[in-house]
Amino acid sequence: MTEPLLDIEGLVKAFGALRATDGVTLDVQPGETHAIIGPNGAGKTTLIAQLSGTLRPDEGRIRFAGEDVTALGAAARSHKGLARSFQITSIYREFSALDNVALAVQAHAGHSFRFWHAAREDDALRAPARAILNEVGLGSRADVPAANLAHGEQRQLEIAMVLATRPRLLLLDEPVAGMGADETQRMVQFLGKLKGRQTIVLVEHDMDAVFSLADRISVLVYGRIIATGTPAEIRANREVRAAYLGEELDA
Amino acid sequence: MRARLVLLIAGFAFLALAPPLANLLEQPFYIDLLRRVMIFAIAALSLNLILGYGGMVSFGHAAYLGIGGYAVAILSFYGVNNGFIQLAVAIGGSVLVALVIGSVSIRTSGIFFIMITLAFTQMLYFLGISLDQYGGDDGMRLAVRSDFGGLIDLGNATAFYYLVLVVMVVFMYLIHRIVHSRFGMVIRAAKSNEARTRAIGFSPYLYRLAAFVIAGAMCGVAGLLLVNHTAYLTPDFMHWTRSGEIMFMVILGGIGTSVGPVLGALVLLLLEDSLSGMSGFVGQHWQLFIGIFLVLVVLFAKRGLAGLLPGAQRND
Repeated sequence: MTEPLLDIEGLVKAFGALRATDGVTLDVQPGETHAIIGPNGAGKTTLIAQLSGTLRPDEGRIRFAGEDVTALGAAARSHKGLARSFQITSIYREFSALDNVALAVQAHAGHSFRFWHAAREDDALRAPARAILNEVGLGSRADVPAANLAHGEQRQLEIAMVLATRPRLLLLDEPVAGMGADETQRMVQFLGKLKGRQTIVLVEHDMDAVFSLADRISVLVYGRIIATGTPAEIRANREVRAAYLGEELDA
Repeated sequence: MRARLVLLIAGFAFLALAPPLANLLEQPFYIDLLRRVMIFAIAALSLNLILGYGGMVSFGHAAYLGIGGYAVAILSFYGVNNGFIQLAVAIGGSVLVALVIGSVSIRTSGIFFIMITLAFTQMLYFLGISLDQYGGDDGMRLAVRSDFGGLIDLGNATAFYYLVLVVMVVFMYLIHRIVHSRFGMVIRAAKSNEARTRAIGFSPYLYRLAAFVIAGAMCGVAGLLLVNHTAYLTPDFMHWTRSGEIMFMVILGGIGTSVGPVLGALVLLLLEDSLSGMSGFVGQHWQLFIGIFLVLVVLFAKRGLAGLLPGAQRND
């Protein structure tokens, strides 16, 4: 095995008596799409918050690209190349789609203590932002206020913002949550195109999406990883079937 | 868009022509009133930079009116009437105070931010009261106005008026540049969605602090102008009701709009002036009517008075 891009070891986060993350050890290889699944309350949200830097773990460490990032906050991790989407769409609703992506480009284009020139007329920000919008299929919606986009488009926009930070690892928190069947299919197709080019950690409830996208799957139950393996291995794993998947695997 | 530009130009033309008009009508009082309006408009413009664009609800913005005012009055007390020195001290003092207040308050948000900014300003207010050598509670007269050499004579009501107008227009332009710059986009983004802003890689703290300091410095200039306008300084420059009044101007005129603070200052001060001058019930209880008016504006004009102007739907 090559050096993992993301290497999590013995991660613990407790809220009072509840150990929401209870000794999670996990690695993500470069280029891999690694899904994390688990029933409600398994601690997925807590885990992703620690990976993205919004929550500090009590124990354990997180290494990213060979560097210990456990103590870094969200903004610093973004600069290391770790980018996330949120479970509940997190965009700038009153700005246009293009503004949204241009801001993500700007965040990685040096400091922003520039007070004079209009950011919206700055080709160094607008051109890359436009290219990424085209890539995710929102090119024709560039000037629409983000609040007026359809739900699926907003999710695409968020992924566009994540991509605009030119990440080495995408942390996608339920990217198809709340989507209709058509939208889900389009998003899965789009993520399929990213797969292989990008390293992706995918936290997702939609089993069809997970099993069609993931190279490996880790199953989180009560804060612990009970199994990690290929989709076929996970399907066949007794413990997983008992704990969680049941009828969904038979389908 | 076009109608908006025409209105803006008409507004500035009116302000520019007001002094000769007032003199023609033999109502020089209006020069004085409009000058006061524009000084408060400068304070409101600066607050709008952090409140409207940065989402920082500072309930202590009058602090910088006080710093600017005391800078002039205290220097003048010791015989330093040079306006440039007074300006430098007013701005420098405001920057320092804003750095201190901002570096503490910006670590918090919501109600805590409001309370901390209010608390700091009340401390300065009571500090002003305790300064017996500078008049304490009663304040002090500004015997000599700021002296800007041969450049401009603040003793000349009309010249002073035009200075205030120029400062206001220049500040409006500066704020316009700032809020559309990369820097402005960061503080607006952080206001819109802080978690997203951090996740894409911005640390908003220093940007917010810089905006807070710029706003403080601008309001410090308003303080220098105000003490020259009233020729009298009291700790009331920094009273919390004064902070509230500036905030009302911003809300009334339209939070996060370019001309809103000026409209808000104009309408609020003209209303105060005309209502308080009335006889009978209205004159005695004029604050009540202003309160009702504010409630109506907040309820029915979401983006304030500026939101009622043509072209206001544009998301700038």
